[in-house]
Amino acid sequence: MDDELAISVRGLRKAYGDNVAVAGLDLAVHRGEVFALLGPNGAGKTTTVEILEGYRQRDAGEVLVLGSDPAHPDADWRSRVGIVLQGTGEFDELTVAEVVRHFSAFYPDADDPDKVVERVGLAGKAKARTHTLSGGQRRRLDVALGIIGRPELLFLDEPTTGFDPEARREFWELVRDLSAAGTTIVLTTHYLDEAEALADRVGVIAGGRLVEVAPPNRLGNRQEALATVSWRTPDGALESAESATPTALVAELAARFGGEVPGLTVTRPTLEDVYLRMIGHR
Amino acid sequence: MSTTMKPAAPTVATRPRRVGPAGLALRQGRLEITQFLRSRESVVFTMGFPIIMILIFASIFGGTIGGGVRFTQYFITGMIASGLMTVSFQNLGIWIPIERDRGVLKRYRGTPMPKWVWFAGKVIMVVAIGVVETALLLAVAVALFDLKLPGTAAKWFTFGWVAVLGVTACTLCGIAISSLARTARSGSAVVTPVALVLQFISGVFFVFTDLPAWMQQVAALFPLKWMCQGLRAVFLPESFGAQEPAGSFELGRVALVLALWCVIGLVLCLTTFRWTTKRDG
Repeated sequence: MDDELAISVRGLRKAYGDNVAVAGLDLAVHRGEVFALLGPNGAGKTTTVEILEGYRQRDAGEVLVLGSDPAHPDADWRSRVGIVLQGTGEFDELTVAEVVRHFSAFYPDADDPDKVVERVGLAGKAKARTHTLSGGQRRRLDVALGIIGRPELLFLDEPTTGFDPEARREFWELVRDLSAAGTTIVLTTHYLDEAEALADRVGVIAGGRLVEVAPPNRLGNRQEALATVSWRTPDGALESAESATPTALVAELAARFGGEVPGLTVTRPTLEDVYLRMIGHR
Repeated sequence: MSTTMKPAAPTVATRPRRVGPAGLALRQGRLEITQFLRSRESVVFTMGFPIIMILIFASIFGGTIGGGVRFTQYFITGMIASGLMTVSFQNLGIWIPIERDRGVLKRYRGTPMPKWVWFAGKVIMVVAIGVVETALLLAVAVALFDLKLPGTAAKWFTFGWVAVLGVTACTLCGIAISSLARTARSGSAVVTPVALVLQFISGVFFVFTDLPAWMQQVAALFPLKWMCQGLRAVFLPESFGAQEPAGSFELGRVALVLALWCVIGLVLCLTTFRWTTKRDG
């Protein structure tokens, strides 16, 4: 076992009857990195993550998470793995502080509950019953329960669903804090900007396999793709050209227009363009 | 509340929990009780309903049923037994599917909490609420309907073991039946009819010996009939035993059937309990 790996997966398979959810998936997540798993619904993302979390049994393949097989989770392993589930308001009648404090007792090296509540931005709601929380605030409580045990490895399943833009930015800061403190983070998300902002590497799952793994700016050879330069002609029509040397093209346009180029844009494929191509759209 | 701050550096060696296992179970029990007491529907349904039923039945049926026993007294012993079944069997059979559906169980499974702590929390809640509810029913019955509290240590002892065995059997069966419900809402649909039918055929709403023979035989297969009979041995005069189906309170058989249901319930729990819903896999 490579000690540098928080997660190592080889040939993972899982089928539900005739439906093959995961078809021979390989994955390696390094200690200390933020790894984002992208993939459309039904691609095998949730099944894979739940096998890694110790919730589901696999059919075949080798899996090690923090050096142990998650198919047989013990209390010590559980205390080192944090899971942020997509909660649906389980503790309606309890307050935020009560729930976090209760869960803190399960862990040998738990963080201070009050500090964690503050850290996820719920200090003002600590004494509120959880059923009075908004969707975004409830997600923050889920995050609090995921990090209360000071995990070495944290799974975040679509953590910012229902967040407003400001709350998302705050949450990203929290993830960066945790990462800076050495926590390995595995994130699944539908928001490509989130993967781009947080992840050291992105893995794309499609059809039960990991089709590509790369840093977000290199996914699908993005940085080598042709840039698209577009501008408006003097009669107002939109014109565009693909170019490997957009700077030269812009200089040439500037010379042609004798200064400002009307409506000038230079773009490269976004992560979303690359992603959609990979999972078989466009 | 402890605010231990330790270095963030994770270590691989097994570390002792700050709270021991027994402490965890007590905390879990306290949490369950808090949740129960703060949920108004649970409190009204579980605690209030049997008292309302007693007040209604006592006002409607005032007659005696032989052996110098009034129907009210007979009915109250049945309601005490029903109350024990409500806090255990119905309470768990309705709430566990809701918690399973909402992912509460899944969340606990993702923590290092030992599995048994969760069950212990439920048992502590059932026992605490069962004791309070029974005390309330007895207080109402003694104050308003001349029910005599047991006069001898032997009768208190019988009361104790009938209640413990009955609650144990019903708790285990409640946990077992919770796995039958596929969704949060179906728990109530599965459990309520079972509980209601048992109350009708087991000698709660009607005098057991007035029921058709086949119905008595069906009821004798389930715990509630034996819980009622055991409690009648505690609260009704010795002489009333002659009015029972077998001519006595049959305490030995009460113990045997309830113990058997404890075993059946335990086996069902161990073989069928699910921490996640079907769609969760």
